[in-house]
Formats: sequence, structure tokens, C-alpha cells
Amino acid sequence: MKEILSGNEAIARGAYEAGVKVACAYPGTPSTEILENTVRYKEIDSSWATNEKVALEVGIGASFVGARSLVTMKHVGVNVAADPLFTLSYTGVNGGLVLVCADDPELHSSQDEQDSRNYAKFVKIPMLEPSDSQECLDFTRLAYEISEKYDTPVMLRTTTRISHSKSVVTFGERIDTIKDAKLERNPAKFVMLPGNARGRHYVVEDRTLQLSKDGVSLPINRVEMRGTKMGVITAGISYQHVREALPEASVLKLGMVHPLPFDLIREFASKVDKLYVVEELDPFIEEQVKAIGIPVTGKEIIPICGELTPGRVRKAFGLPENASSTVEKLPGRPPNMCPGCPHRGVFYTLKQLNAYVSGDIGCYTLGFMPPLSAMDTCVCMGASIGMATGAAKVLPPEERKKVVAVIGDSTFLHTGINGLMDMVYNKGAATVIILDNRITAMTGRQENPGSGHTLMNDPTNEVDFELLCKAIGVKNVRTINPLDLDECRTVIAEEMERPETSVIITDKPCVLIKREGVFKPGAPLQVVDDACAGCRACLKIGCPAIEWIPGSGKKGKAHIDPLLCNGCDVCSQLCKFSAIKEAK
Amino acid sequence: MSDKVTNIVLVGVGGQGILLAAEILSETFMLAGFDVKKSEIHGMSQRGGSVVSHVRYGKEVFSPMVPEGDGDILFGFELMESYRYLSLLKPGGTVVVNDLCIAPPSVLIGQEQYPADMALKIQELFPDCLLVDGQNLAIQAGNARAANTVLLGAVSKRLDIEEKYWIEAIEKMVPKKALEVNLKAFQMGRGLK
Repeated sequence: MKEILSGNEAIARGAYEAGVKVACAYPGTPSTEILENTVRYKEIDSSWATNEKVALEVGIGASFVGARSLVTMKHVGVNVAADPLFTLSYTGVNGGLVLVCADDPELHSSQDEQDSRNYAKFVKIPMLEPSDSQECLDFTRLAYEISEKYDTPVMLRTTTRISHSKSVVTFGERIDTIKDAKLERNPAKFVMLPGNARGRHYVVEDRTLQLSKDGVSLPINRVEMRGTKMGVITAGISYQHVREALPEASVLKLGMVHPLPFDLIREFASKVDKLYVVEELDPFIEEQVKAIGIPVTGKEIIPICGELTPGRVRKAFGLPENASSTVEKLPGRPPNMCPGCPHRGVFYTLKQLNAYVSGDIGCYTLGFMPPLSAMDTCVCMGASIGMATGAAKVLPPEERKKVVAVIGDSTFLHTGINGLMDMVYNKGAATVIILDNRITAMTGRQENPGSGHTLMNDPTNEVDFELLCKAIGVKNVRTINPLDLDECRTVIAEEMERPETSVIITDKPCVLIKREGVFKPGAPLQVVDDACAGCRACLKIGCPAIEWIPGSGKKGKAHIDPLLCNGCDVCSQLCKFSAIKEAK
Repeated sequence: MSDKVTNIVLVGVGGQGILLAAEILSETFMLAGFDVKKSEIHGMSQRGGSVVSHVRYGKEVFSPMVPEGDGDILFGFELMESYRYLSLLKPGGTVVVNDLCIAPPSVLIGQEQYPADMALKIQELFPDCLLVDGQNLAIQAGNARAANTVLLGAVSKRLDIEEKYWIEAIEKMVPKKALEVNLKAFQMGRGLK
């Protein structure tokens, strides 16, 4: 059977075919759709974990009792999961364990551009890198074989252009010879106390050497000879760009990028006059090739920042670029919070109160964009609260009041809760706003422990944020309606004045929430032309449903698109002329 | 089958249904027996940002991205976004564009103006440009939301793929209740000169 699949869909299919029983992840672009597809197979228990570390630990637990497990995350998620990952390298596995890590060269939807291939070398485990969707499926299956054969977790690394590109895939069958999970105790292998771990370190080093040797005959490391003038070592999406831009070049295509098959590289190097490495981001392959004494050209010509494209590879090799038209500069079109988004009124208020906003990762990071322009920092998942604590420790009292951390429900449960516990414990004086919209919105509306449903759509416990905050010792916890600007302003201003930790929870859902009955739109609004004074107050919230219509003179008027308006009523609260009413 | 790879670039604003149109194109090309690759950046696509999708087909396709200046057809859902990505088209390439302006945030709040004469400027650079009143034709077909399918019909006319594959792909990808309107909208687009 043939279908057009994205890399992520193909990985899910590959996991199914490989007999995977447990799949666990925290959503993160561009990795999210893998679990959204494993959930379609009833044979796989698919779940969203609270964060990547927990996801990996769930996968490890299933592996240790014998099941094949899949754990997926975006590149920065591996930083969160790094602690168990390093030790997992020492314990090895029982059932095969594959960690999919989706990198994001060009930072299409990320806060950094880290090259996660370095993890494979750092952690000392094999890493496979597919270059299209068929390879995503095939390599996922192979990764489980390698994992069990070499007693090691295996990383499968994609990039945005692999995860989110689609190509034609031929399916296989699910293998059903996988043994059932059962309790098997093996403390010498699985209890990593120093005495045990010392011995396992030797096992890890031997394993890496063996994999490097065996990689020479591994079919996914293949030489394509086309001529002897020029040889290119490449992997992943870069392979496709090389084939596009340099059709005459001989290629060593690496399917396993760690450990490298050094004997194969030596042999390939000896067959070509000039050797290149074409790889995105870090000189990961290049440095290792140079370290074994083979002269090679790489980052001297290939950009280290951003993703590669066929055009960028052509340019690097000095080939003429295609003629293309240049166009005049245009207004940008950045993403924006949706009409009726419950975050909008909060950020408008924070701007009015001149708060120093310690931000976090989610849709609400868009509070940075004008005209709201109400975010001062954003570093990583969960960082807003710890950073607010740190800033409040050292600022003079008048400035300390301005410090407000904003964090979404999912991000708070991911790694924010630790920050809040620390703030209370160490008597930090800052305000924390939990923007609870009932869903992990930015990555495409995934359920989380606050939403009351699992990935497999079972009703489940809902975290009670108020009780949780009180239980960890926050004395001042208040819940507000973020669509009521007066309430927002009063409560936020009061809590900012308070010289101790306080938490404000907003209680309106994401407008895009899929589950029925959670988001209820209000009646669409309209601007009564005669009443509109053209004061532009309603434009300050940057709602996509409100447009400024320039007038013939200096004055113009606001207009609300009734098809876009979700009737949140925030704009009408800003209108001093009562010009915004329900549309008739 | 020749070795030629055909390159299509779809551009518009998040939420306009660009990704579904790209899916239908890809499905059609696969059904017609071609190798197909498609690449796009989503994640931000529902939040009103600029969206680009690349679809390539031929005997064998390597990169999923259309090389700059190699695009055969630009399939535009909105005028300013179409103009923005013209550099992806080859000289003399074809443009099929929806006659629609969607104001970006800076224009909505009155800081900048929507650039004037976008359609004219596109036509100056690419004379083989079809401006489609997608909205009105879709209303004639029975539903304003079928504007994308009108455009798809117009694009289909410019590609050498048998009609039956288009129909098969639409039948597979479009929900049953909207199928009749969409098939009608497709034919209206296909009939445009």
C-alpha cells in the first residue's frame, strides 16, 4: 500500500510496524504529529506526558520490562530529558527504545537552533537520520533492531523539513513476534549505583566501537559513485539538497550519523579527488573526519546558521544562482493571537501597568508583538517563574513590584511548578499569572493534565490549579476572568503591590479548542459608524477582527469583521463612545 | 516519462486552507503515477501568519523544497503574499492568484498601508497571470468556502494531468457533505481562460 505521508506520520507507522506498545511525548513543533498518529493504532498506548523527562522515563520503564517503546520530542525537549538519557546509555534496554528528536534549523518555531546530533556523541548512543518519509518508516523499524541487538537506546533525528515534508511511502506489516512485557529483575544492569555503573561504562565504550565497525556494512550507510572528481559526505535532508544541486557528485550517504563508520569514510575519501561534507548546523561529521586525518571542506563554504536549501548549496559551491525576481519591501505578516483569545486582555493590562513581564513558551509569547508589546523575557519552558524570582531578589522595592511572570497551563505543569515551589520556599516577591486556557495551544491544541482528557480521549483527572498552588504554600491565589478588563486591572495591580508571592489564574478557554462545549463564542460585535470617534483605542489590543479604515481626512474609523469576531467583548470595554455593539 | 520536475508554490495566510489544497495537489500527482514531495512550515499556520507550501512532482524528486527561481506555478490565495514569494518563480512562470487582500497586523492597526496595485505589479513581472475572483465564483458554486477549489480548478488547467485524477483526489480529501459544491467549484475554475 502506498500513501503520501509526512515524516512524522511515517515514523508513527514505522513504530506501529515495529511492534511498539508504548508511545509517550510532550508536544513540540516539529515533533508533535508523531504521537497524534500513533494514537490511531489501538495496539499502541499513546500518551502526552507532563514533560520530556517524564516521557522518556515512561518509555524507559516500559522498555525495562520488555516492551518496545517510542519517545518523541523537539530538540530543546532533549535538554529536559537529558538526565535519564545519559544514564539510559549505561543501562541499555530490554525492549527496544527509540527517542525521536526533531531539530528545527532556521528556527521556524523554536527559541534556539541546537544541533542534537551532538547528544548522540555526548550520550554515546547510535543516531539514525532519515532523509525522506520512506526512510522515516524504514529507519524507525531498523532503530528497534539496532536497539535490541546492541542493547542501547537509539536516537532518530529529524529536522523540520523531514518531519513536515510529505513523500510517497510504501507500507509494511506489523511484526507480531515481539515478546510480551513481564517482570524481569536484573539489578546489576538496571540499578545505576557507582559499583554497577563503572562496569557499564566499559560496555558503552565497546558498544560504540562495535557500532562504528558494523556501520561500514550497514546498508543505510551507502556510497553512490558517479565520478571521481568530487565526493560529498552528507545525511538527512542535506542529502536531498546535494542530489538536487550537485547531480554529478559522488555521495556517501550516512543513515547512521553516530557513531561514524570511519573505515567506510576512509575508503570513500580514497576514491575521490576532493572531499566535502554538506551538513546543516554544526560541523558534526566534518570535525570527526578531520580528526582521523582526512582533509575535507565543510563549514568553510557551507553556512553554519539556518537550514540548507538547494539554492544555498548551489551558492556554497559557487554555482550560478537561478534568475529570480526581486520585489519591493512589504509589510510583514507575523502570526497573531486569535480573535477572542483570552490572553489579549491580560497583556493589554500588563502593558498599562508597565509590568516587567517574565515570559514563557506558548501562544502567549505572541504578547511580545506590537501593539501589545508586553513581554520582556522568554528563555525556555518554565523559565518565567524562576527568572522572576531572581529578578525580584535584586531589584529595589519600587521596581520589584513590576515583576510579573506569565506562564500557560501546560508550561506551568511542564516545568513551571518547580519554579513556583522555589519562589514560595525562598520567599520570593513576584506575581505569577497562570494563563489557563485548558489546552496546550501553540503546538496545535493537545490535551494536558489540566484539560481533563488524555491523548486517547479518555476522561481523566483535571489538575485544580488553585488547590495546587495553595498546597505548595502560595497564600494569595486569585482566579480572574481575563476578558473583563476592569477585573484584570484591579486584581493584577493589587497583587503586584503585595510584597510576597501571589498567583493569579485566568479561567477562559482557548478559542480553537476542539472538544465541544468548552469554548463558547459570544455574539459578534460591530462598530456603529456614527458613534465611532476614530480614537483608535480598540486598536491597542491588536485583534485580527478589527481593522482601521483610513478616512478621507485625518480621521478614520474602526471596522469589525463579523466573520472573524468571536464576541469576547474586550474591544467594547475600551470604547469610550459606546460605538461597539452586538452585530444585528 | 521525462525527467522534468514540476514545481508549484502555494502561498497565502494561515487559516485559508492552503495546506489542504497542497494535500489535494500531492494526492493527484501520486495517483497519476508520479513521485511527489511536499514541504511546508505549519505550527503557526492557524494564527494568521504567512504560509508557504512547496509541491514538486516528476519521475524522481529529491529536495522537497522548490529551488529559488525554479517554480513553474505560483498558486496564490492572497495578493500580497503572492507578490512576496514571486522570487521562487522561474522567469516566465505562471501565476494563478485569488483576487483577495487580507490586511496584516500592521495594516489592521493603521501603522502601515496595504501596498497598492498588487495584482498589477504581479502581472508586470509575470504576464502569464490569472486573477481569479475565487469568492464570487465559489458563491455561484454554492458555498463561499469553496474558493480554494475554484483556484485549484484554474491551476489544474495549467498542468498536464488527466482530469480523472483530480476528481479522485478531491473525492478522497473533501468531506462528503461538501463534495458536490467542491466538484462544481473545481469545474468553474477549470473553465476559466
